[in-house]
Amino acid sequence: MPTLAEHASQSTPAAVHESGRADFISVRDFNFFYGKKQALFDINMDIPEKQVTAFIGPSGCGKSTLLRNFNRMNELIEGVHHSGEIQLVGKSIFDRNVEVIALRRTIGMVFQKSNPFPKSIYENVVYALRISGQTKKSLLDDCVERSLRGAALWDEVKDRLHESALGLSGGQMQRLCIARAIANRPKVLLMDEPCSALDPIATVKVEELIRELKQEFTIIIVTHNMQQATRCSDRTAFFYLGKLVEYDNTHKIFSNPSEKKTEDYITGRFG
Amino acid sequence: MDTIGTHSLDFFKTDKHEASRALSRSLQNRFLTLLCIALSLATLVPLVSIVILVLKNGLPLLSLHIFTELPPAAGMAGGGFGNAIIGTLVMVGIALAIAAPVGILSAIYINEYAPISRLAKTVRLVAKLLTGIPSIICGVFAFAIVVMRTGYFSAYAGGVALAVLMLPTILLTAEQALTGVQSAYREASYGLGATRFQTIIRVVLPDALPAIMTGIMLAVARAAGETAPLIFTALFSQYWANSLSEPTASLSVLIYNFSTVPFPHQIQMAWTASLVLVAFVTTANIIAQTAFSRKH
Repeated sequence: MPTLAEHASQSTPAAVHESGRADFISVRDFNFFYGKKQALFDINMDIPEKQVTAFIGPSGCGKSTLLRNFNRMNELIEGVHHSGEIQLVGKSIFDRNVEVIALRRTIGMVFQKSNPFPKSIYENVVYALRISGQTKKSLLDDCVERSLRGAALWDEVKDRLHESALGLSGGQMQRLCIARAIANRPKVLLMDEPCSALDPIATVKVEELIRELKQEFTIIIVTHNMQQATRCSDRTAFFYLGKLVEYDNTHKIFSNPSEKKTEDYITGRFG
Repeated sequence: MDTIGTHSLDFFKTDKHEASRALSRSLQNRFLTLLCIALSLATLVPLVSIVILVLKNGLPLLSLHIFTELPPAAGMAGGGFGNAIIGTLVMVGIALAIAAPVGILSAIYINEYAPISRLAKTVRLVAKLLTGIPSIICGVFAFAIVVMRTGYFSAYAGGVALAVLMLPTILLTAEQALTGVQSAYREASYGLGATRFQTIIRVVLPDALPAIMTGIMLAVARAAGETAPLIFTALFSQYWANSLSEPTASLSVLIYNFSTVPFPHQIQMAWTASLVLVAFVTTANIIAQTAFSRKH
């Protein structure tokens, strides 16, 4: 059985247009429930490959819930269920042949609060390789350098790779978490408010990084910061009370939204 | 300006009533502070006096012979209690070999695998109840299930009794240690595609280990000093043990035996054994408190 990752890479030969397929991830009639409480209502959307898609909306609107469905992290919570479909390059991620472990290696995640393990910087980055049984030193070393360069952190930490990751600054920790997430070369990177705990300078660095990373990864970012959405996303989805209100090019959403609700939100009238 | 000034200066008004009330408040405050200091000092009295007493009475006989020789016969001088020291270490070791795996694995199950299951709730409750069981009952229990079955007193019967005693401490501290591991670490690990087993082995356990070791050392310290469970199970022996299945000497039972005889030399030896035991238990406790404390 080909894994999702292989499937995803097969579907993107070099000849394809740089921005890739428009329905890399597609969500169809998706409903999601925490116990009896419904958190998402009939979501339909296509997320394009190698672009940055931002999810915005007031707290509790379901944007994080949807994000955490893409790598099935919500399944760690008791009593949740869903209906409808989410597909990655045309294949259901809920299919019983899909191993959730493999799915999470294909779809990496960066969390709101940076959460490096209490291990060395090196061990943090190679964690994903270690758990898939990789022990070859040269391969691990390469992975560390490539991932840390990818996360724009290499120059700052190359002399202290074996020191604890907990000695880094907040912004460095979050970039380490990004390095850790891209170490296993996932196809998609989910980011759940990655800058909400960072100072403005660290935020700028992470945003620059996001723009860099989209050349290689499909990125979905949840943010409360609308400037951030305009600065680093190509597409923006506005959620409200568990519904997808509007989903369009970022420029269009912020300059000329079709929905009154979207306009009210982005102009700060509520939320 | 004026009115505000006079208003705020009301504090200093030498109103008689106010002055006497302020005085009584300050006296009350001082009295309570002193009381707290005095009572805090009082808690030091038992430990300090035990240490002084044990040192004073135990030091004269302390020598290398104590660790290498067998206990003297009744009324005789000389000798030591090497067999009792080894007996205590062996039985605590057996107890640890039983209680540590059972306690830690149970803690992993009830905290990581099924925290809200009925089994987990039951295990947690039973462990808490078990901490309150008098140690002599553990001795009677091990007597019933080991000594009566096998027909003789033995080191492993003593080990079983101590294991029952240690189990709840190890289990509950281990569970506490696992609960203390940030859930963000688990989330990060799952997010990178780790299985539950990998997450526990690579992230959760290493982080919880110092606290788990603290619990183990506390349990060891407590078990090493117990007398009642061993009287029923390991009894005592004047000789070096050849196997685990014969009556075995221990420091605590030696102290109990020698302190009840009318011979001054034996009583002296009981003091020295107390000194060795206190030193052992205190060391275990200090290791538990310091060496394994969390770095971050």
